[in-house]
Parts: sequence; C-alpha cells; structure tokens
Amino acid sequence: MAAGISTAHSVVEPSPLVRRIAGAVVILYALITIVPLIWIGLTSLKSPPDSISYPPKILFEPTLEGYCNLFTTRSRQTAEYLQGLPAASGRCEEIARQRSMVVVGASNFVPRFWNSVIIAFGSTFCAVTLGTLAAYGFSRFKVPLKDDLLFFILSTRMMPPIAVAIPIFLMYRELGLSDTKLGMILLYTSVNVSLAVWLLKGFIDEIPREYEEAAMIDGYSRLQAFVKVVLPQATTGIAATAIFCLIFAWNEYAFAVLLTSGTAQTAPPFIPIIIGEGGQDWPAVAAATTLFLIPIVAFTILLRKHLLRGITFGAVRK
Amino acid sequence: MNDTSTVRRLATRAAEATPPPVVARVGGLGDRAIAWLFIAPTIVLLLAINIFPLIWTIYLSFTNFRANRPNAAVEWLGTRWYTSILTDPDIWAAMQVTARFVVATIVIQTVLGFLLAVLIDKKFRGHGFWTTLILLPMMLSPAVVGNFWTFLFQPQIGLFNYAVSFVTGLPPSSFQMLGDVSLAPWAIAIVDTWMWTPYVMLICLAGLRSIPDYIYEAAEVDRASKWRQFWSITLPMALPFIMLAVLFRGIENFKMFDMVNLLTGGGPGSTTEVASISLKREAFEKWRTGYSSAFAIILFVTVFGLANIYVKALNRVKQR
Repeated sequence: MAAGISTAHSVVEPSPLVRRIAGAVVILYALITIVPLIWIGLTSLKSPPDSISYPPKILFEPTLEGYCNLFTTRSRQTAEYLQGLPAASGRCEEIARQRSMVVVGASNFVPRFWNSVIIAFGSTFCAVTLGTLAAYGFSRFKVPLKDDLLFFILSTRMMPPIAVAIPIFLMYRELGLSDTKLGMILLYTSVNVSLAVWLLKGFIDEIPREYEEAAMIDGYSRLQAFVKVVLPQATTGIAATAIFCLIFAWNEYAFAVLLTSGTAQTAPPFIPIIIGEGGQDWPAVAAATTLFLIPIVAFTILLRKHLLRGITFGAVRK
Repeated sequence: MNDTSTVRRLATRAAEATPPPVVARVGGLGDRAIAWLFIAPTIVLLLAINIFPLIWTIYLSFTNFRANRPNAAVEWLGTRWYTSILTDPDIWAAMQVTARFVVATIVIQTVLGFLLAVLIDKKFRGHGFWTTLILLPMMLSPAVVGNFWTFLFQPQIGLFNYAVSFVTGLPPSSFQMLGDVSLAPWAIAIVDTWMWTPYVMLICLAGLRSIPDYIYEAAEVDRASKWRQFWSITLPMALPFIMLAVLFRGIENFKMFDMVNLLTGGGPGSTTEVASISLKREAFEKWRTGYSSAFAIILFVTVFGLANIYVKALNRVKQR
C-alpha cells in the first residue's frame, strides 16, 4: 500500500473497510443523539397520561391534545354545564370536552413565537451586515491596533450574560427599551457581531487579494470590488455565519428571561413555564419544543451544503 | 492563450490603470476611509451595548446601589464588595463548581468531537446526511432542551433512566439524575456533551479538511505509517482549529446559565450552583446590584485573563 501505484483512488483515500467502520460508528452516534429529539416529537403527540406512563410508551394512540393545549387556554366546567352546551366545534374543543373542559381563548404561544422570529432574523441581519463590513476592513486594510481591536471584539463575548444584563437592565429602564423588540434586537446584534466578525474575517482572509486587485486594475473602485468580487466569493461564509447568529438569537434564554416579561418575550423563556393542571403539561411543552425546533432544522437542511462547505472553506478550494 | 490578444489586453489594462481613474478618485473612497467606515459601526455598537454598560458596572461595584430601589441615596463603598466576595466561601464553591464543569465538558467534547470529525472525514456513504443529524442538538435552545431533559431524567417515567436501567439492570427509580448530589453535575455534563460535541466536531472537521492532500501524499511517498501521519500531520495541522473550538466552548461553559437554571436551578443544595447562577441570585433575586456588579467584574477579569493567555498560546501554535 505504501508503494501505492494509485488505482482509481488516490493514496490518501481511505480503504472501503475503514470507510465502513467509520460509517457504522458515526451512524450509531447519530442514532443515539437523535433519540431525545424523536422523543420530543413523540411526546408532543401523546395524551398527558400516555406521556407519563411507565415503562415509557413507544406505541401509543396519537392525539393532537398537546398542540391544542399549547395554543389554547381552557377552563374546567361542571358536567351539567358541559351537557347544556351545543356540540363541540373544532378538534381542540372536542378534545377539551373529553377532559370536562372548554376552550376559553388563545394562549400566549403564538405572540411569543413571533417575537422570537422578529428578534432572531432582525438581529442576524444586523450582525451579519456589520460583521461582513468589519471583517473585510480587518482582513484587507492596515488598521492601527488591529489585533487589539479584534481581541476587544471577541472579549465582549466573554462577559457572562447575567453580568451584562445588570447594567443593560438599568440602561434599558432609563431609555424605555425594557421589554421591547428593538432593545432585544440591539442586544443580540451586539452579542452576535463579535462572532460574525471573527468567522467572516476567516472566510474573507481565504479569498485571494489578487481577485480584487485584478478587478481594481480593470477600473473598479475599492467599494465596487468589495461588492462585485468579494461578496459573491464570501457568500458561503456569510451564509454559515448567518446560521450561527440565527441559532444563537433564536435560542437565547438568559437575556430574554431577565429583560423581557411580556410584549417582547421570546419563546425560550415561555416554553418552560407552560403548565397544565397539576404540574408541567409535557405533551404541550413537547409540542412547543417541536414547533420551535422545526424552523431552524429546515433552515439548516436548506443550507446544509453551504454550511459544510463554508465551515470547510470549500468555496475557495473547490 | 493567444499571444497577441494577451498583449492587447495587457495594453488596455495598462492604459486604463496608468492615469489615476477619475471615477475611483471622486466617487470612490480611499482605502483608509473605507476601512474606518466598515469597522466603525461595529465598534460603536459594541461601545454602546457592551463597553458603556461595563463601565457602569464597574462604577456600581463600588456602591451600595440596589436596582429595586433606584431612588435611594447611593453611597460610595470603595472596594468593600470585592474584599467580601474574595473571602466568601460560597463564591469560591461556585467557582470550583464552574471550573470542574468547564474542564470536564471540554475534555469529553474535544475528544469525542475530534474522533467524530476524523471518522466523518473518511467520507463514507451518506456522511452528509448523518452529519446533519448529529448537528441537530446544537441547534436547539439550551434552555428549551434543558427543560425537556428534566422530563427525560425523571426517575420513574424518564426515558434516560429507563434506558440506563435497560442496559445496566438497575431499577430505573433507584437513582435520581437531578436530585442526587453526586449525579446532578453529571446530568448537566451529559446534556451539555450531547448538545455541543457536534459544535467541536464541525470545527475539527473544517480543520481536517484544511489539510491539503499533497502533504499526505508526500508522507506516503516517504513511507510514513498512518499512525505517524496522524501524529505528525493531522493533529498538529488541525490543532489551531481544535484550540479555537476549545476556546469558544470554554468561554461558553464558563458563562453557562440556561441549562443549569432549568435542569437543576443550582441544586440539589448548591452542588451545581455555577457562577452565573450565583450571580443571578445576587443580582435579580436579592437585588444586591453593587455586590453582584463586583462579582460580575471579578468573573469578567477571570475569563478575560484566561482567554488572553490562551489566545497567545493559540497564536503561537498558528505561527508554527
């Protein structure tokens, strides 16, 4: 093998056996890792008694009760009152009737979910825009104190969120930004921008300067070269960075739980406090978790190739 | 390539380049201006949202200010909070819990993440699909996940306990992952590892793929064994990436709040009370703003100092 007159494969290609073993181990790890996620999905389709049965039920009769409980608020009624009501309209009302309850209104889940959407996308857009510009500046120009500035940008990420939250709490109270979406977008942008600058600087460093220099010799200005040469080359890096920023903002909990309580509250602080009668309503929590996860999974799968290529600097090499 | 056309193109380019392009001069901006224009917004934002509050925190740490009594007279206390924090055994206990948690999770995740990356880099059939599956946990919110894991860790009905009892034969309600003093830190480490190993794996994978094939080809020509190649090529060349992953995981876990808050809330007793949980109690439950500001500054100096030393080491490795 060492002498290796390479056949179809180059010498650095792993042998089929190595590949198969590697595949088996990774697949086993992936299956174990995925079980809790599948369990979330399954639990969201269980009735409350099924969700807490022992041994844990894998086969069960699926029901939408969890989702109904997530989206609605219900109140318990007496048997006489329920009998006097007209026939249930809608699936959730039917399910509620079976539990001697009636649906009295919508829960707070949808508004909280929308807050998450607006804040996550808003802050990701801002952070990636700022980060791309700054990363290009740091990558291409002689900036005085460059290393210190870069380290400063990274260092802002080292504060524990609780420590940052103390003065932000006071500052936002003064500025009227407490519990507002704008306040949360600003805050998440400032946290994400450091990641964006560092990641994107890496990606832009990989783009040969010669591309822009050639474009500038052809008469482009520096700005035009940035927009028409560097940005298209950096798309993969920008996409990968955006995904990381989006995941952070979507998932953020510490700031959200301390700085928002109502109008700007996002889903993460809301989901753990979903409770039913007598404790946590696990199917409803699982339903919320499932819905909360789906957008990110979809987004990542959509950009999967770019994510991997981006992380592996593929745009430049391939 | 046709010689005459090349010459002509070069001539055109030279002609275009020789007189300073008027458009670029007037409409375009100088490099220095662009550099500052591009960097300034980020710096301004960070000054407003990070540095100004930091300076405010430093000021508050010398006072007896309480956020729940904004109108009370503020008294200057000097360094009293700092001395009381540095001599407080509870704070030292919290720092120890944090240190143990950070070290344990980083070691586990780096080893596991790097091994996974090496295996995935073998490019077996379907590796893209399985990689995506492995990446899923890190997309979930630590808070939402932490919350759901409390369900998986339930002694009687939880899937985790059931799985452990299935494998080991222990009765599933004989151990409480979240209620037992010796198990609770591991419960958090397990969830953290489950979530963040893919993150380390992804960065390591990028490192492995950054190693050009020709280096391995040269090693093959020199008849270096696979084992030797791993220690002399793969590991050293991926090391800057591994170190970067460790840096980010280290900082993140030093700040760890979400998962601990929802899994154990610092309990049982104070066995899992990491620094952030103590800080939250002081700042937002007891409303001792001055005291917690001082604690926050101490935490920041600690992580900043450690990261500074670490980044210097990282740069040295990169330069090799």
